[in-house]
Amino acid sequence: MKKLLISAAVAALALGGTSAHSADKLKACFVYLGAIGDMGWTYQHNVGVEQVKKELGDKVETVFVENVPEADAAGPIERLARDGCKIIFTTSFGFMEPTLQVAAKYPKVMFEHATGFKAGPNVSTYNAKFYQARYVEGVVAAKMSKTGTAGYIVSFPIPEVVMGINSFMLGAQSVNPNFKVKIVWANTWFDPGKEGDAAKVLFSQGADIIAQHTDSAAAITVAEQQGKLGFGQSSDQIKFGPHAQLTAAVDNWGPYYVRRIKEMLDGSYKSNVQVWDGMAEGTVAMAPFTNMPDDVKALAQKTFDDIKSGKLEPFTGPLTKQDGTTIGDKGKALAAGDILGMNWYVKGIDDKLPQ
Amino acid sequence: MEQFWAIAITIIAASTPLLIAAIGELVVERSGVLNLGVEGMMIVGAVAGFGATYVTGSYALGMLASMAAGSAMSMLFGFLTLTLLANQVATGLAITLLGIGLSSLLGQDLVGQPIAPLPNFHGINILIVFSFVLVGMVSWFLFRTRLGLKVRAVGDNHTSAHAMGFSVVGLRYACVAFGGACAGLAGGYLAIADTPQWVENMTAGRGWIALALVVFATWLPKRVVLGAYIFGTISILSFVVQTMALNLPSQLLSCTPYLVTIVALVVISRNKRVLRANTPACLGQAFVADR
Repeated sequence: MKKLLISAAVAALALGGTSAHSADKLKACFVYLGAIGDMGWTYQHNVGVEQVKKELGDKVETVFVENVPEADAAGPIERLARDGCKIIFTTSFGFMEPTLQVAAKYPKVMFEHATGFKAGPNVSTYNAKFYQARYVEGVVAAKMSKTGTAGYIVSFPIPEVVMGINSFMLGAQSVNPNFKVKIVWANTWFDPGKEGDAAKVLFSQGADIIAQHTDSAAAITVAEQQGKLGFGQSSDQIKFGPHAQLTAAVDNWGPYYVRRIKEMLDGSYKSNVQVWDGMAEGTVAMAPFTNMPDDVKALAQKTFDDIKSGKLEPFTGPLTKQDGTTIGDKGKALAAGDILGMNWYVKGIDDKLPQ
Repeated sequence: MEQFWAIAITIIAASTPLLIAAIGELVVERSGVLNLGVEGMMIVGAVAGFGATYVTGSYALGMLASMAAGSAMSMLFGFLTLTLLANQVATGLAITLLGIGLSSLLGQDLVGQPIAPLPNFHGINILIVFSFVLVGMVSWFLFRTRLGLKVRAVGDNHTSAHAMGFSVVGLRYACVAFGGACAGLAGGYLAIADTPQWVENMTAGRGWIALALVVFATWLPKRVVLGAYIFGTISILSFVVQTMALNLPSQLLSCTPYLVTIVALVVISRNKRVLRANTPACLGQAFVADR
């Protein structure tokens, strides 16, 4: 009996000890679609996490899981929730349903889903207005292209991708109303070989500038090899295209991650919000403008500054859709809901949107 | 004309890694061993080839390194299945997983480092030329030499081959090593010549496609060439079709390389006698010498 009491006391002490210890550091966990080594989307998320570690390292313990397939995400996410993560960031659109599923089972854990559109009692979504950077890229493309045609390599027809194409086109059309964009759907977020092949095909079909919404640096590498131009994706890919990269949209997740985790630490965290930051908040940045003449650089910088200050909004009405109808009021920005659910092309794009 | 040539070069570049990996696997399977680890060997070859080229600046060393890495992985497979007699299917899958993980680990510091692509003459580089030489060599070896006959005998009936005095395990080891070297070289091609960079998972399933090509081509080298090129051609053409804005659904276009290649090869392989003659009857079976 005495032995039982002593062992019970020891166990209680041990358990009490461990939970007291884990309360010291907040555990923040990150679920990545790809590998940190993709030099693109996931790499930039990790750069954000590194910023968290730098600024809050003594108060926060960060854990990440890489290469989580979207179809089987529920397992890894649930494991993180079980392992004591207090806030879990799932960094791909395809993690939407698994995140909501696991969130329903773990109401005390906070979930943040990137680029999604469904929130919940303990689920927030966060996104960045990448389309703002696409507009700047479109302006640059129209200025720099000799053939008046750009190639655009994309993955899947989700609103985020479509708004990027539209914003790019609108930016280009502001310089050259007859600018053409040739679109290739790779049906994958990441396959360097396929992306490279798509770039080669686009160049052979008359495009001389490449933009992409896929995750590797293959396209810019091909552009460099062929002496053409392109835009890096998600991170500065100048190393792969020293003579080819004009600029890149850089996803700067650090400030957002630090902000949210700080809110968790000081208790002011509110869930069930849908955050959509952009250039103004510093979440969307652009790589230095390179390989272009000074006047184009100045125009690009001006466009960037105008969007950042709010003077210029890419999706300002009225916009003419591909089918001829218009959307939006004159001079007013499109409603966030319209942009987030975008499933139509602007007029001037020859592709048919896969449904 | 220039456009046609540009597309043609892209097709050849896309088909070459499949061809090299598939030809190697063809030799392995002809000797009766089913090596499902092609994807793992390919990606290890990619990271090794890229790493060696990045560090030494020599493409030759890069190619040798990728072949060595592929061979090393396949030798591990060989030891597990030929000496320890583990199940070939399970071991092959395990090798694939090991290869993918190992390559990610080894390649961590190589990510984001660019190298200059393999020098080429209007897009044709030495590995493309070599791939055709390789097919010729394998074809000649398997069907015109005594040693090739022994390899095929071992694959068809290892008991009789053993009774004839052939070294079943020895020949199989050699074939497995060759297959590994080919898969490694195919991976090296991707990382050195095609898209000169290292990114995790850059082979993106090509090893599996090569594996399937061997079977659908009924273990005949010429059909493997046909299969690899049909696949490459349709893949590239599906992109070209997209740029022409003919409004065909891209998801359907993505399926076409697989569909067309399968249909084409099945149609070609209708002759049952040829089929029976070329299928290695002992594929996947472990060999234990009775006497």
